Amino acid sequence: MPETAEPDFEVIVIGAGIAGCVTAYLLAQQGRSVLLIERGETPGSKNLSGGVLYSRGIQQVFPDFLAEAPVERRITRNYINFLNAGSSVAIDYKDDRLADPVNAVTVLRAKLDAWLAEKCEEAGALIMPGVRVDRVLTEDGPAGQRVVGVAAGEDELRAHVVVAADGVNSFISKEAGLRKDEPLNHLAVGVKSVVSLPRETIEARFNLTGDEGAAIAAVGDCTEGVGGGGFLYTNIDSISVGIVVRLDDLTAKKKVVTDIFDHFLEHRFIAPYLDGGELAEYGCHLVAEGGLAMIGEITMDGMVVVGDAAGLTLNTGLTVRGMDLAVGSAMAAAEAIGPALEQGDTSKAGLAGYRAKLFGSYAGRDMKTYAKAPAFLEAERMYKQYGEFLADVLYGAFNLDTQPRRHLLSVARKTLAQSPLKLRQLVSDGIAGARAL
Amino acid sequence: MKPLSVPERLAKNRFNLDEQECHIEVNQEIAKATGTGRALVACCPAHVYSEEADGTISVEYAACLECGTCLAVAAPGALKWHYPRGGFGVQFREG
Repeated sequence: MPETAEPDFEVIVIGAGIAGCVTAYLLAQQGRSVLLIERGETPGSKNLSGGVLYSRGIQQVFPDFLAEAPVERRITRNYINFLNAGSSVAIDYKDDRLADPVNAVTVLRAKLDAWLAEKCEEAGALIMPGVRVDRVLTEDGPAGQRVVGVAAGEDELRAHVVVAADGVNSFISKEAGLRKDEPLNHLAVGVKSVVSLPRETIEARFNLTGDEGAAIAAVGDCTEGVGGGGFLYTNIDSISVGIVVRLDDLTAKKKVVTDIFDHFLEHRFIAPYLDGGELAEYGCHLVAEGGLAMIGEITMDGMVVVGDAAGLTLNTGLTVRGMDLAVGSAMAAAEAIGPALEQGDTSKAGLAGYRAKLFGSYAGRDMKTYAKAPAFLEAERMYKQYGEFLADVLYGAFNLDTQPRRHLLSVARKTLAQSPLKLRQLVSDGIAGARAL
Repeated sequence: MKPLSVPERLAKNRFNLDEQECHIEVNQEIAKATGTGRALVACCPAHVYSEEADGTISVEYAACLECGTCLAVAAPGALKWHYPRGGFGVQFREG
């Protein structure tokens, strides 16, 4: 594939998030000349996530990750909560096996991504912070447009391969024609506060010891019935607390997103966790919720797309993932770009190994496994009726009001008869859930 | 924790304000005709958008947290929104 000018770098990566940093790191380690461009003043300064990183993938890249990287707490407690206005039903899952080996950690991205960028630099990549890439440079090739570099203001830089790691909004892949504007049911907005509290207070409130951490996920009244959920994640001496709400439902119900966030913070079962805390930072982030359906073209002549920019996020109802998928896509991209450079073919065909490796890895395979999860989780019942139904059944069992008791099954039947839910919905949701999740 | 207003929350963040360039532009006519104006006001976690008495949408771009939600909900042509120039805008210290 002829290129008209000798490039400045073999690879230019746009965006120093997890996907961009891991791609840059692995390619620099292979001895490739790599430029990593970041629009924030420093790497990490534009980056934000809810906060739980399933860490096994990134430990394959950095074997000493848990000891060296600025991670917060090891998650050993997962608390899944149907949160109604005046009742709450939860599964409280704690397990020593989640601590050894460690499965998930909380992170604060401004700190983590700064560390990742340092690793890239140590491996030989050049980091260029404070620079916004405005567009990719293209040339007409035999098979249409070929990406040959990037433009930032007056400056133009050329590379054999450009890696678009510019996040969920990915202006780069949209402009290159790889992605279209998403329908609103494929997108959600996350709103988050980081609330400082003394570490002893956090450990006492969440029943934790040492560097153990808890992840609380809630659905129901916490988002005023809008599709989505709320979360609390423990950091060392702060709590990440937030909501994520689907944009189609938010706009259809004409709700104000900050009212929903306030409602969650002030919920009587949530507020006590935050009591006495000081706000450290307030942020938000667009979240891809479309699952497999959002992943379109991820390679073209001279360019690949990784991480959030490729639509790689996954909500399975129990786990909410994005950062580990960013790692998986970065590993797949680096494994494909290396040989493509070796063979001097960085056309779409030369880079096709990326897609194959992605869908051979845990990241792509999990996207396929959970392909039906987004549609299943769109059902309105998940966010209102189910939580109330569960609480009503339990109330029937615990409320010993001196009336003669009935068996639990008959309490459940009577509760169901009074609920807007129908038996056939329970059955069909049960079957669909078992297939989707 | 005591409830904070959105401006009080934003005051905890670090921003490098770009005084030369505003990165957000609302097309008032399209915003009004399509209902995008009110959708922008409702969806923005930073309250960048507000509706004036005459129905126009004003923009406080300095408050922007750069999530892109507004662009996702806006009707075609109603909003121009891109990232601030390199080094400007919100600079997260926690993330």
